[in-house]
Amino acid sequence: MRRPPGARLRGRCQALVLVGTLAIGSESLAASPAESADESAAFDQLLKLLAERRHDHVTFTEVQELAILDRPLRSSGELLYDAPDRLEKRTLEPRPEDLVLEHGMLSVERDHHRHSVSLRDFPQAVPYVESLRATLAGDRAAMARYFTVQFSGTLGSWTLALTPADAILKRSVQHILITGERDRIRTVQIRQSDGDTSTLTIGGEVGP
Amino acid sequence: MTRAGKAATLIWALGALLAAVIAARASYTADLSAFLPRRANAAQRLLVEQLREGPAAHLIIAAIGGADAATRAVVSRHMALQLRADPAFLAIDNGDTAQLERDREFLFEHRYLLSPRVSPQLFTPSGLHQAIGAALDVLASSAGPLAKPLFLRDPTLETLAIVESLDASRAPHTAAGVWSTPDGARALLLAHTRASGADIDGQQAACGAFENSFAAARAALPAAQRSALSFSMSGPPVLAVASRATIKSQVWRLSAVSAVAIAALLIAVYRSLPVLLLTLVPVASGALAGVAAVALGFPAVHGITLGFGVTLIGESVDYAIYFFTQRSSDFRRALWPTIRLGVLTSICGFAALLPSAFPGLSQLGLYSIAGLTAAALVTRFVLPAWLPRGLRMRDLSAAGSRLERLCVRLRAARGALLLVAILAAAVLYLHRGALWSRELAALSPIRAADLQRDEELRAAAGAPDTGYIVVAAAAERETTLQAAEAVSARLTPLVDRDVIGGFDSPTRFLPSLAAQEARRHSLPPANVLRMRLDEGLRGLPLSAARLEPFVSDVERARDGPLLQQADLGGSSLGLAVETLLVRGSAGWSALLPVSAHDAPDLPAAAIAQVRGAVASASVGAELLDLKREADRLYAGYLAEAVRLAIGGFIAIVLLLIVALRSPVRVARVVAPLALSVLTVAACFAALGHALTILHVVGMLLIVAVGSNYALFFDRAALHPEEGSAPLTLASLALANFATVIAFGVLACSSVPVLADLGATVAPGTLLALLFSAMLAPAVTRAVAAAAVE
Repeated sequence: MRRPPGARLRGRCQALVLVGTLAIGSESLAASPAESADESAAFDQLLKLLAERRHDHVTFTEVQELAILDRPLRSSGELLYDAPDRLEKRTLEPRPEDLVLEHGMLSVERDHHRHSVSLRDFPQAVPYVESLRATLAGDRAAMARYFTVQFSGTLGSWTLALTPADAILKRSVQHILITGERDRIRTVQIRQSDGDTSTLTIGGEVGP
Repeated sequence: MTRAGKAATLIWALGALLAAVIAARASYTADLSAFLPRRANAAQRLLVEQLREGPAAHLIIAAIGGADAATRAVVSRHMALQLRADPAFLAIDNGDTAQLERDREFLFEHRYLLSPRVSPQLFTPSGLHQAIGAALDVLASSAGPLAKPLFLRDPTLETLAIVESLDASRAPHTAAGVWSTPDGARALLLAHTRASGADIDGQQAACGAFENSFAAARAALPAAQRSALSFSMSGPPVLAVASRATIKSQVWRLSAVSAVAIAALLIAVYRSLPVLLLTLVPVASGALAGVAAVALGFPAVHGITLGFGVTLIGESVDYAIYFFTQRSSDFRRALWPTIRLGVLTSICGFAALLPSAFPGLSQLGLYSIAGLTAAALVTRFVLPAWLPRGLRMRDLSAAGSRLERLCVRLRAARGALLLVAILAAAVLYLHRGALWSRELAALSPIRAADLQRDEELRAAAGAPDTGYIVVAAAAERETTLQAAEAVSARLTPLVDRDVIGGFDSPTRFLPSLAAQEARRHSLPPANVLRMRLDEGLRGLPLSAARLEPFVSDVERARDGPLLQQADLGGSSLGLAVETLLVRGSAGWSALLPVSAHDAPDLPAAAIAQVRGAVASASVGAELLDLKREADRLYAGYLAEAVRLAIGGFIAIVLLLIVALRSPVRVARVVAPLALSVLTVAACFAALGHALTILHVVGMLLIVAVGSNYALFFDRAALHPEEGSAPLTLASLALANFATVIAFGVLACSSVPVLADLGATVAPGTLLALLFSAMLAPAVTRAVAAAAVE
């Protein structure tokens, strides 16, 4: 079920939350020692390429492997991205849901009810949404705010390993692996601290 | 002193003592109760109970500003810890995660009694299949991390169903783990006081405890962080306490300022301290008698009534002024009949206020009648006895003569009054649509700045805007809860269809015992549940064996007790129930606040649908539109005040007809009064100032005070041989000056109702004197002198 395009966020005025208040004290991202000079250059190039993309509209499938279940859970839908801080995840199957991150406000619409919260009020949700948003935006500073970032591979086939920087995040997330080719993200895998994983695989582009 | 004088003094002393004792033992209030009707219909009674006892009436919202978020959170937690131990509060909420955790745990623990989805159908194999399938979808969604830890014990996710049914969008923002304003600049604490809205002393104690706890929390911080911190609070208890304090200080200050100003005037004119002191005797006696009479006639003396006391200074001082200034005449024979008629006209005017359903008005009426009677009697019987032998006073004849010449000139211009009348009538006619203020808020003693801060904090805290409430009432708690459940069932479809944004109900956390019993009854025993799970989980990605924790939880709920109100204790859930389930005089009421969808106000169509839904539940419930109900209440008061004022005016005219026995004299007395009222009303209209009840009362006061002037002019014209015209004029001018001072001071009050009254009466009485002088028949000195000879 497609959501009507007019479903916009109620949130406003929090525009600068992510870029503003949280930016304090994270000026630079020191290249990790394991990164070779080539990789470092490729990472810079990747971030540049990513930052140049203004708009994305793709399909996704997500597979979650939970220890409490005998078989994995699957869901699918579409991802929309508008640089630099609007990210929408429209899950169409099995349960329609619309998750929008915009200007630091996170809103979820489900069963015709929309709940919005400021990301600032829910710091525990920040790594989940910020890992993807910051990667899409090529926003090195935002990544560095929450994670230690390790780039490996080449521009044609790369992997970013994000490890939570702070102890509270570490309690829920072990690491996040993002793979891609040039400016296209292919997979986002989140391994939670309890061993459960979710893997988001990006599919083809959806025409306008 | 004569024997009669001694007797009068003794009676006065006893009376004053008695009145002082009554006044000292009286209780004083400054809450909204003065503005609430004594006789009300059911909806109005509910409204009044809401305003005084409803959830909103207990709510204090406090904001901690300055320093950084972490410091504010420390202060917030420190205060919450301290205040939770204080019996003055039902609950303290600061959004502390530990507290939310406890609430969530409670909901989890009692989910099979609380969740409206629990039914025999849910526990059939197909019901389980459907519910667990849906829960798996939630696990796969963004809410997955929330649902995962609960899943094995609560695979149908009843807990989430309960939590989601709460109006989450209303919860305040959070910063550093505690509630904050949306901009994150201030930490927020919400408190519910135990004291009811009418118990201002209790509210004051609670406000004090709040401030002390902030001071203590601040003192516990390192010195460097202390100075930046700020604290403010609002909410009905705070406003009520503040308005009582304002009224108290205003009453005290205004009375003092008027008394000093009038005393200065009198001393400047009379140049005699004994005269000044004696002049104040009737004034003080009248004020005391007024307070005592109200204390006897009403459960509590309202602060606003005391504010009117200032007005009494203005009028009762007149009697003594007439007495002293016109001392050359035979007081008892020449002056007293005129004063007596003046007092009687005033009493007629104020007696019209007595039957008002609006206690503020009837208190004012009683206060004035008792006060003026006492002041007049003291002037008549006590003052003459106390006059020191050989009292020397300035003779005001010279000044009076100048006034007399002025009067002659004024009289020559009396034709202009016709123009004034036409002009005033035209202005009133042109502004006839916007003449009256239609909102109850016009009567509020609360300052606009305080109200604005209240609105800000309220919006920041997402405090329930209790504009629309469905009230379900019944005799018992259980039947009331059942009625609320019946209404909830009818309102839920309206939420789903977006007719209304949502609603709250005490039954969310405290379902009726019947509903709980039915839910508990639908839980199957362990072996049955296992079999049904085996069947129901077919095709789903998990086996029944994994859900053993669920089976044992259900088993436990089957054997567990039902939830009683006491089990909720002082948790924020208990608070929600306590504010939404109130015990009134006639039983219990469940309150279901209804919020609009995407807007502050419900559209008329939505209101009609809600009313329809409530009616279809066929229980004793109805929708209250508080704002409209309040304004309707006010409109009723206003119409009544106008009616009573007109009644008072008619009574005064009848009294004058009986006393003066001449239509011409009555017309001459009444015309200047009517003209002044008309002119003052026209001025307000022209200035765009909507008239309130207090303006109406002010107009009645113009007539009551002004009638004295008109009667003296009438007497002077009829009996020029009695007393001196210049002295009469001088005493009237002086009396009017004193009245204008008293009401002028009142006009400067920051309490809107007092200011309205002052701004009406001060110019009105001045005009009444002026118009009376202009319309009085000419009495030349020659005629007077001839008559005396």
